Amino acid sequence: MAKRKLSRRRLLAAAAGLPLAGAASAQVIRGDMPWREGEADAPTPVQGGGYKFFNPAEAACIEAVVARLIPRDELGPGAVEAGVPIFIDRQLIGEFGRGARWYMQGPWGSGEKTQGYQTRLTPAAVYRAALKSIDDLVGREGKAATFAKLGPADQDDFLHRLEKGQVQLSGVETKTFFDMLLQNTMEGFWSDPIYGGNRDMVGWKLIGFPGARYDNRPFVTQYGKPYPLPPVGLMGRPAWSRS
Amino acid sequence: MATRLPPVDVLIVGFGWTGAILGQELTDAGLNVLALERGAWRDTPIDFPPTFDQDELRYYWRHELFEPLAHETLTVRNNVSETALPMRRLGSFLPGINVGGAGVHWNGQTWRFLPSDFLARSHNQSRYGAKAIPPDMTIQDWGVTYDELEPHYDKFEYLCGISGKAGNLQGAIQPGGNPFEGPRRREYPNPPLAMSYPPTLFAEAARSLGHSPFPQPAANMSRPYVNPLGVQLGPCTYCGFCEKFGCGNYSKASAQTTILPVLMKKPNFTLRTESEVIKLNYDAAAKRVVSATYVDASGQEFEQPAEMVILAAYILHNVRLLLLSGIGQPYDPQSGQGVIGKNYAYQITSSVNVFFDDKVLNPFIGAGAHGMVVDKYNGDNFDHSGLGFIGGGYIGNIQTGARPIETHPTPEGTPKWGSAWKKAVAANYLKSMSIATHGAVMSHRGNYLDLDPTYRDVYGRPLLRMTFDFTDNEHRMSDYITDRAAEIARAMNPREIKVNYRKGSWDVVPYQTTHNTGGAIMGKDPKSSAINRYLQSWDAHNLFVMGSTAFPQNPGYNPTGTVAALAYFSADAIKNQYLKSPGFLVHA
Repeated sequence: MAKRKLSRRRLLAAAAGLPLAGAASAQVIRGDMPWREGEADAPTPVQGGGYKFFNPAEAACIEAVVARLIPRDELGPGAVEAGVPIFIDRQLIGEFGRGARWYMQGPWGSGEKTQGYQTRLTPAAVYRAALKSIDDLVGREGKAATFAKLGPADQDDFLHRLEKGQVQLSGVETKTFFDMLLQNTMEGFWSDPIYGGNRDMVGWKLIGFPGARYDNRPFVTQYGKPYPLPPVGLMGRPAWSRS
Repeated sequence: MATRLPPVDVLIVGFGWTGAILGQELTDAGLNVLALERGAWRDTPIDFPPTFDQDELRYYWRHELFEPLAHETLTVRNNVSETALPMRRLGSFLPGINVGGAGVHWNGQTWRFLPSDFLARSHNQSRYGAKAIPPDMTIQDWGVTYDELEPHYDKFEYLCGISGKAGNLQGAIQPGGNPFEGPRRREYPNPPLAMSYPPTLFAEAARSLGHSPFPQPAANMSRPYVNPLGVQLGPCTYCGFCEKFGCGNYSKASAQTTILPVLMKKPNFTLRTESEVIKLNYDAAAKRVVSATYVDASGQEFEQPAEMVILAAYILHNVRLLLLSGIGQPYDPQSGQGVIGKNYAYQITSSVNVFFDDKVLNPFIGAGAHGMVVDKYNGDNFDHSGLGFIGGGYIGNIQTGARPIETHPTPEGTPKWGSAWKKAVAANYLKSMSIATHGAVMSHRGNYLDLDPTYRDVYGRPLLRMTFDFTDNEHRMSDYITDRAAEIARAMNPREIKVNYRKGSWDVVPYQTTHNTGGAIMGKDPKSSAINRYLQSWDAHNLFVMGSTAFPQNPGYNPTGTVAALAYFSADAIKNQYLKSPGFLVHA
């Protein structure tokens, strides 16, 4: 039995139609359930540091955009404080950004709405085109040089028009981008902190979700009572590693 | 050129629930069995242990347990006047990948169909008259009855350790169970799961309206269980990562947690993973499949001869392999002739959000089949006279766990982002729940599967093409039962509700349900069906086709219980009839 990481990579490479140097043939499994001590396909936490996908102009734009989608307000931190821009950045340099699991062969047609996503662009290409286009459009409208330099009310107005399709991005379908942006922002706000967003579990604390809890048996029939435990992530809680 | 391998007695194509069931049964009969699975080995401690199983992003949104479409997808359209385009990203349904298939990420909602479901045409005709079935509604009787399947339902329920409450024990209606179900020989192997607050509120409201709510039968364990094969399952911990996730706790029945620990040890069983069958080699004169051609991970081709072939892939792959292999006549929607691809069906779902001011519901506490259900409006459990549709669905509150990226409901009129949205999410997350309806889809002349003329997979083979839309029958039915769900919601005295009808054409984008059915349906004769009542191909006597592929139309229940019962029924026929005298078990 080859290591699991290898076999998953092999599957994806096969999916992409890539030749595989030195790949073994089929796994023949007989006699027992295959398992080796310590073998587990644990997720890899996002490393800190600056942006790896977004250039400085794109970073300024995405930070300003997600700050309006989930603002910091009297209820607490918003998307920027939660690390959503870094979350999206790391997603875009990975498997998601490449659309590695998606069917990306042509021919390309737009079709009916009920036929779903049909763009040729990977998510990384969608963001690249859209963020540039947003700043270009804002610049042309003349209130500020870039989206990030607009005031909050003008930013909201622009995003509302984007959502309604009243402004058209160039190089990418507006709705495709907006839906992806909103979805990725929610993901960054509420996914496990190991992926770079939901910093200090602020997304979970906002709503009362207890995170990666494993055993809820004591609480199933505690009708109407608040859940007594604080949230926890896959790597524990910040309090565990702070003195 | 393909390397020819030594023959085996039985070749199983695809290694999920039905592959494991047939593997177990046919090795018991002393046969030498080989299973080919295109995905990789997958098991609890490696792929989804409790130390990292509760990861909404990885497993649901990044599709780790689901089929990678880069390798193969299908094209979709609502009707023949449209050009089908590929499903480039997963949405409406989530087929599985790797060992265990979709049976790893299922909820565990384990139903039996109603006795009348198996007689969809004759029962409705005799009760409502021939005119109740429109000319283009191509529903058929199954060719097998509830009574014939009952022992096989029972066998699967005991294999899995289903938690539930019987509603009909040998004809005697039982308080607390489903009064509409067919008679069962004995009680469920395990008592129902403990109920959290939302299903309890739903059940109280339903009772106040005169309904008989009962616990959703669950493949989530309400207590430790040892199944008849000696495999142990642990008690469910209600962690809420079940639907669309693997279970880290051995608490949800799957091939891995019920069969494989026994089957994998048998000397007459072999599994080859990362081996994708691309064609069944068919001898039309002899009416048998002689071998399967498969490709391994390095791209090498092999030919595997076998005395018998069990097609046990997901429904969409079963149908596509039959079409690519030239076994059976492809269905033509114009003439209504042909059988492969015929009667593709789906299910129709809707929901009602319920918002309270005064009740803390802790909606993240859950399990895939943890909830209460009303079955009065399913199948023919109610009088359809004058309603303009046949069929139905169940109404229930199933608390599968409110993982926040997927579930953060807001009241009608809330914006989708910004401070007002944030306020609404924060105010409602702990105090809202949802009532779901889960409805049948009848088969229709224009809903079918065939090969796409344009799009190809990584091997250059045509993709499957799905032509499907909901018909008037489905919309009328779904609207009717959604209104009944809303009545129950109002009886809960919430602050407000939001009714989400299923409007318009079928849309591939939003997740609805992974209950695709049909395309190689079972039936009484080779003109109207692809396989006989034993799931044996009418065109190749040594080929048996498993799965919901066989459903002539799709009743209003989750399919796995019936998929498994049919698999056991078929295995029984192979062991007790076919092996004694290989040939067609039903003569056309």
